[in-house]
Amino acid sequence: MSSPVIELMDVVRVYPLPSGDVTALKGVSLRIDEGEFVAIMGPSGSGKSTLLNQIGCLDRPTSGDLFLAGKNTREMDDRELTNLRLSSIGYIFQKFNLIPLLSAYENVEYPYIMKYRKNDDTGKVRDLLAMVGIDENLSAHKPNELSGGQQQRVAIARALVNDPAILLCDEPTGNLDSQTSLQIMEILADLHSRGRTLVMVTHNPETATYADRTITIRDGQIA
Amino acid sequence: MIGNDIIFSLSVRSVRVHLLRSVLAALGIVIGVVAIASIGMMGASMTLSVTDQLSDMANKLTVTPYRGGGGGMMGGPGGGGGSSDDDAITEKEFKTIQRIVTKYGTAYTLRSESDQIEVGSDKGRATIYGLDTEIMREILTVETGEYPKSTTTVVVGPTLAERLNLKIGSKIKIGDPDEGSTTTVRVVGILEERGMSMDLSTDMAIIGSDKLFVGIYGGEGEYDQVNVVVSDLNNIETVKTAIEDELNRKEDTVTVQDSSRMTESITETVSTMTTFVMAIAGISLLVAAVSIFNVMMMSVNERIREIGILRSIGTQRAEILRMFIYEAAIIGIVGAIIGAIVSLIIGYVIVVGMIGSAEYFFAPGSIIYVPMAMAVGAAICIITGIYPAWRASNLDPIEALQNE
Repeated sequence: MSSPVIELMDVVRVYPLPSGDVTALKGVSLRIDEGEFVAIMGPSGSGKSTLLNQIGCLDRPTSGDLFLAGKNTREMDDRELTNLRLSSIGYIFQKFNLIPLLSAYENVEYPYIMKYRKNDDTGKVRDLLAMVGIDENLSAHKPNELSGGQQQRVAIARALVNDPAILLCDEPTGNLDSQTSLQIMEILADLHSRGRTLVMVTHNPETATYADRTITIRDGQIA
Repeated sequence: MIGNDIIFSLSVRSVRVHLLRSVLAALGIVIGVVAIASIGMMGASMTLSVTDQLSDMANKLTVTPYRGGGGGMMGGPGGGGGSSDDDAITEKEFKTIQRIVTKYGTAYTLRSESDQIEVGSDKGRATIYGLDTEIMREILTVETGEYPKSTTTVVVGPTLAERLNLKIGSKIKIGDPDEGSTTTVRVVGILEERGMSMDLSTDMAIIGSDKLFVGIYGGEGEYDQVNVVVSDLNNIETVKTAIEDELNRKEDTVTVQDSSRMTESITETVSTMTTFVMAIAGISLLVAAVSIFNVMMMSVNERIREIGILRSIGTQRAEILRMFIYEAAIIGIVGAIIGAIVSLIIGYVIVVGMIGSAEYFFAPGSIIYVPMAMAVGAAICIITGIYPAWRASNLDPIEALQNE
């Protein structure tokens, strides 16, 4: 019996707008165990990105509780949540979101430096880049000198550098052609097979087939 | 720490990516620092040069006959007040002064008269001083020649010597032939330049012995001025009060002046002027601050998405704040350093041009304006950067990520 890495209990998220409050999540309860690969699907505007932002601690629930690795995030301040994002969560975005001023290598090293306050002297960054198929020559390049697929590989390496408990993927193949998408999904599937917990938001049913479990969100609720 | 600080290196890279923009913003700081530092140095050098000139006489008092209206600032010797005037310092008064001063220093008498002189065919006017020959050796320095020994020999000031082409052995005819007799004297020495002074202005004067003076103008036992040299500067006030108390007991008979009030008022004027001009220069720093603010806001607005990324992968608010403060500080410090170098050059040129000597430029009181202006420039930059940095650090990560 595996333990839950992520547990949402009746999470509600209301966006107060001048035109009236919009409820994006209407009481979502969800449990994701260690080593699971969960796909979250749903039409646009259904609240799946809001849900991912909640799990990723980028946002706070209006009400309800979110437990990450057994800890209630409600009691955490911004500083602690930021530390949680740094150490326990790896993000893979649709738009890759690499830091334009840093080289591929430095992008991967950045969270490591933020966490350990020193440069990587263990060779971990180099190994991770090799694992996702970025050689040393490419890793010296800035993101804008890399193709979309290469950028996403770097982003995956960056997400893994602090050994996070959870990998969150927001439409990881949304900006890639089908050939490259396949390669990226192979990397994610490989990570899952090595025991990583993955939560992926997608609206592509083909990508969702890589997951153990698919959760569908509709109108802010799990369908 | 800062050497391999990735936050600092991000700031450096951001400045480098927008090099032109950053350089232009730094230029504002350069101009502000240069303006403040060079004006400050100029003012300080001027003050120093004035006080230096005046401090030569800080230990001197002049006692002149009371002339009603309170004597005037530079109511020095020479002038028009001749020995024919009723008011003069009598031998008795001088003895009194001498008695008071003995404890603190020395006092000597001075006679002076402005008169027409003739050298060959050249005519002109000059101040003629009558001094004790012993005192002359003490207070005057002869550059060429010797001190006068007889009643027919004199020394002359360098400016007068140059103007009338006087040499050792030249003959000067003193007095207006139309009004009476003239006296011919021989130049035996030319004095060193002494500058403007309250006690004795010899550059344009002829200095002879008391006997020579009395021989021409009369006035035995009467003096135009008594100069007091006090050995300890701290006793100036005591001596001044003592003389005044003694001689002005019944009615005002003498005016005692020291140079301290003059020094003070000149120094004050120069420093007021400098402060005022520096305040105007400060406006250029204000303009620079606005331009830095603008650049920092632009930098923040352009990098909203990047800030979102940094925050989402675990960068603390404080670190984002630091990143933008560093950016402003880099611009400010680089600008301040360049400004310091330029202001040293410009300040040097101005000071040498206006005062004619770099001596005061390197004085601590003057050179201090360079680090001071640098500090002000850099501080303004950093303070200006605080608001944009604060805004950047408080962005909502989700909204920032959605920014295009």
